[in-house]
Amino acid sequence: MNSADIATFQAYGYFFFTAFLVVVLYGYVYHLYSSQKKGTRDYEKYGNIALHDEITDPPVEEISKNDEIKK
Amino acid sequence: MENRPLEYDYTVAKMFMLTTVVLGIVGMLVGVILAWEMAFPAVNTIAGQGLAEYTNFSRLRPLHTDAVIFGFTVSGIFATWYYVGQRVLKVSMAESKFLMFLGKLHFWLYLMLVVAVVGSLLLGITTSKEYAEFEWPIDIAVVVVWVIWGLQIFGLIGIRREKSLYISIWYYIATFLGIAMLYLFNNMEIPTYFASGGIGSWYHSVSMYSGTNDALVQWWYGHNAVAFGFTVPIVAMIYYFLPKESGQAVYSYKLSLLAFWGLMFVYLWAGGHHLLFSTVPDWMQTMGSVFSVVLILPSWGSAINMLLTMKGEWQQVASSPLIKFMVLASTFYMFSTLEGPIQAIKSVNALAHFTDWIVGHVHDGTLGWVAFMIMASLFHMAPRVFKREIYSKSLMNTQFWIQTLGVVLYFTSMWIAGITQGMMWRAHDEFGNLAYSFIDTVSVLHPYFTIRAVGGTLYLVGMFLFAYNMYKTMTSGRRVEESELQNASPMGA
Repeated sequence: MNSADIATFQAYGYFFFTAFLVVVLYGYVYHLYSSQKKGTRDYEKYGNIALHDEITDPPVEEISKNDEIKK
Repeated sequence: MENRPLEYDYTVAKMFMLTTVVLGIVGMLVGVILAWEMAFPAVNTIAGQGLAEYTNFSRLRPLHTDAVIFGFTVSGIFATWYYVGQRVLKVSMAESKFLMFLGKLHFWLYLMLVVAVVGSLLLGITTSKEYAEFEWPIDIAVVVVWVIWGLQIFGLIGIRREKSLYISIWYYIATFLGIAMLYLFNNMEIPTYFASGGIGSWYHSVSMYSGTNDALVQWWYGHNAVAFGFTVPIVAMIYYFLPKESGQAVYSYKLSLLAFWGLMFVYLWAGGHHLLFSTVPDWMQTMGSVFSVVLILPSWGSAINMLLTMKGEWQQVASSPLIKFMVLASTFYMFSTLEGPIQAIKSVNALAHFTDWIVGHVHDGTLGWVAFMIMASLFHMAPRVFKREIYSKSLMNTQFWIQTLGVVLYFTSMWIAGITQGMMWRAHDEFGNLAYSFIDTVSVLHPYFTIRAVGGTLYLVGMFLFAYNMYKTMTSGRRVEESELQNASPMGA
């Protein structure tokens, strides 16, 4: 492979890699907002972890023993 | 004893709070001495010719940078981790004797390292790599301390009650992993004594990289030390302390996640902007510039998220000096993350590179953003760990304004000095001869160097006020009840 081919290959690789990452990024944004909208997961409630952080406060999302058993 | 209710244990947090304050003063004091040396070279020999070896600029400079980076900032990161970590994971260090032991071991080994670093740098023992001056025995000890911190982080996460890791924890983990990777690769070195069969000093080493490769690895490290030392852990702090102190949940948790991944991906590629117009491949320089500009997005994502967290609660900025510190910190974060990309644009860099504008940029970031946020975090922690109200609100306000003035004097003087320098270096007459000699620039810059030294001195005065306020809080602040510690920190007049 000569250097012109390598440069062409690099350019295509660079373009598609960037395009791929842009898709991943916007996919992640879509995932976050659609999960929130569909009610699959309420991301915003995690903001309360900082506000209710006394050791006596109930966790925002508890680790239950069932979780580990299921897995 | 057995029936006491479970409480968070801040023993290790308190130890690191102490080193944060002490090393902050040491590092900034050395910085101020250096600033006066730049303005008035006679200060280099202020302690007499006999001690000039220890007081000259070149000997003290690494001590300043390493004391504020690895002393003040890293202590602040550890102090806040041992506080925030327990609280958002809802688990006490008192619940695990092993993790408590690791925490204490972490502190005492760190302190020994500090002694070794200060001693070796004062003696002039250095690898001569910027921000990576420590010789190989110290590097090995740094790795041990860092691994112990990592064990502590993941150990605490392992026994948590809160299922989800709060966004600050993500940032602390990123700090741990990022610095581990950077430090290991940039400090790959060969001890010359052992490699040569007994020639030279046992502690001396040479880098495994050379020439352009060395420069590339060095600035991949140097720039990302800013990322994972001065940005990521400080963002971890603001995501916890600003919502907690203001009583407002973070404006958009989703945006915080998005900004996190954006920052992680983009930051690592921006280091090439330190090597524009050098011998590294052109495409790598362009990539450094482009990624630096893209970096505005995730940086501002976090900063705007913080400012929006204050939505509807802006009266707190006027009433609470603690909120003032944090809001100013996030504003300076936005400011320096805009300034950096501008400097990374090739045409701007042609003027700005090697000038004082760069020094100004570093300091509006570190003094305005990093140090303000660390001090605000410690102010918030003090009433909770000492069970006393902050000794004096008016002293905090005074400190805030003195230091803000100090930062403003610092960066404005360096802007003017830097751009003047850049313009004078490139000026030429009609035949292409340089219009100025180096000493011409020095005499023009003298007033600005003096203003910078005054600004730095003001900031140092603020550090002493901070230390005094913390000391009085610890020893004679009014005792407070748990109920007073929910959000806004209690402060004496």
